[in-house]
Amino acid sequence: MNIAISIIDMLLAFLLAPLMLGIINRTKAFFAGRTGQPLFQAYFDIRRLLLKGAVYSKTTTWVMRAGPIVGLSATIMTAAIVPFGGSQALLAFPGDIFLLAYLLGLARFFTVIAALDTGSSFEGMGASREVQFSSLAEPVLFLGLAAVARQTSSLSLSGMLQAVSIETWITGGPVLFLAAAAILFIFLTENSRVPVDDPNTHLELTMIHEVMVLDHCGPDFAFIQYGAAIKLWVFGALLTGIILPLHTGNNLLDGVAAVACMSLLAVVVGIIESTMARFRLLRVPQMLVGAGALALLALLLALR
Amino acid sequence: MTNWIDTVMVLIILSNLMLLGSSRLAACIRIVASQGIILGLLPLLAHEGGIDGHVVLLAAWSVTLKGVAFPWLLTRAMRDASVRREVEPFVGYTTSLLAGCAALAVSLWAGNRLPLPFAIQNSSLTVAVALFTIMTGLFVIVSRRKAVNQVLGYLVLENGIYMYGVAFVQKSPLLVELGVLLDVFVAVFVMGIMIFHINREFDHIDTDQLSILKE
Repeated sequence: MNIAISIIDMLLAFLLAPLMLGIINRTKAFFAGRTGQPLFQAYFDIRRLLLKGAVYSKTTTWVMRAGPIVGLSATIMTAAIVPFGGSQALLAFPGDIFLLAYLLGLARFFTVIAALDTGSSFEGMGASREVQFSSLAEPVLFLGLAAVARQTSSLSLSGMLQAVSIETWITGGPVLFLAAAAILFIFLTENSRVPVDDPNTHLELTMIHEVMVLDHCGPDFAFIQYGAAIKLWVFGALLTGIILPLHTGNNLLDGVAAVACMSLLAVVVGIIESTMARFRLLRVPQMLVGAGALALLALLLALR
Repeated sequence: MTNWIDTVMVLIILSNLMLLGSSRLAACIRIVASQGIILGLLPLLAHEGGIDGHVVLLAAWSVTLKGVAFPWLLTRAMRDASVRREVEPFVGYTTSLLAGCAALAVSLWAGNRLPLPFAIQNSSLTVAVALFTIMTGLFVIVSRRKAVNQVLGYLVLENGIYMYGVAFVQKSPLLVELGVLLDVFVAVFVMGIMIFHINREFDHIDTDQLSILKE
């Protein structure tokens, strides 16, 4: 029964992840006074890309081809670790937050070396930025999750998010709130959303994630886009798991509430992107250190 | 009740960290003003067993001073000196934030090891946060160039000392607290005038350049 629910949760992630991007884009369009692209545009894009053939430059090696595949598979693995809607994740064991962080690290590493493999100086620049920011983001993720782990006295991600309830919010509200705020910053950084990176720009000197995948095309690019959507979903599930204290025990009801909360999160991301300008690149590390300060404060309060 | 005070303590810690990380003087002034208002309301929360005139008077006086009068004075000084932001502090903002984190850890550690002579009913965080606020104030004074920021550092330092006073609010006489607030008021007033004069004389308020003045 439990395993069936975990599998349904994963299928939900596979099915609905690109929809998050659609909701974000529609929110941004609403704020800009446009109609915006269809809600299911991300699905259309992925389908269109999958039907195309791939072109590889002669200077690239197998690394370029392995990048998107390893990236997507590592990201899919993370969907198995992060629980959704208060149920048990497919893979749950003490310390699985490390596996989560390093699977994300593996996906990032392959995206980065695939970008370097093309030999384009432009992509190397994006790769360098990606690595710089994520090396600052990773400790913040650990600190934030350590605070939640301490507060809920559980070492596995599923246990942590299942233990979050109205009582834990009453007794440890500040800790959970600070940890959630820090993880929101990490959510925006890791998914290259606005204050850090702009997913819409393609030919600008300040972009990060999009520049690394410029030379991928066809199915490879579909893998990358789908992987990015799942990553967004996984981080969203992590964040909503901390914020949403309600567990009715009814799996269907919990699932619906979690999906609603995820859509709300997508709307919030859309609002952030519409109302904020992107930071200067020099300001991004400062923002991440600020998020680190929040996470550290949460941990210190939890340890007290 | 304790939970509310904990939340207030966290807000004060956050305002300190924000002060360490922001470069715009107007934002810094707003942060210190809101910290002052939160602190001013703290005696009302910390005071158990009925609210009496003593506490209300202290709260009202300190909110008016720290939330209204000081920001107004400092905003005026800033406008007269036409400086908007601290461009090149001695210690950068990211480093300041890291130093703030270190100071926070140290003060939480020390706060648990400094027992008060009597059990206070309010949060166990009070001493630690007071220490952290004092350290933040000192750090801002030594690490910023603009005179306005140094006044802000002094105010934050005083806020930290005031927090100790809140812990003792039932024990200490009203007159002492009010006297301290009056002193701070006069000090900020004088500093505002000084900033004005420094600016009129030298066209800037960078204090580091004052140290190389010759007769």
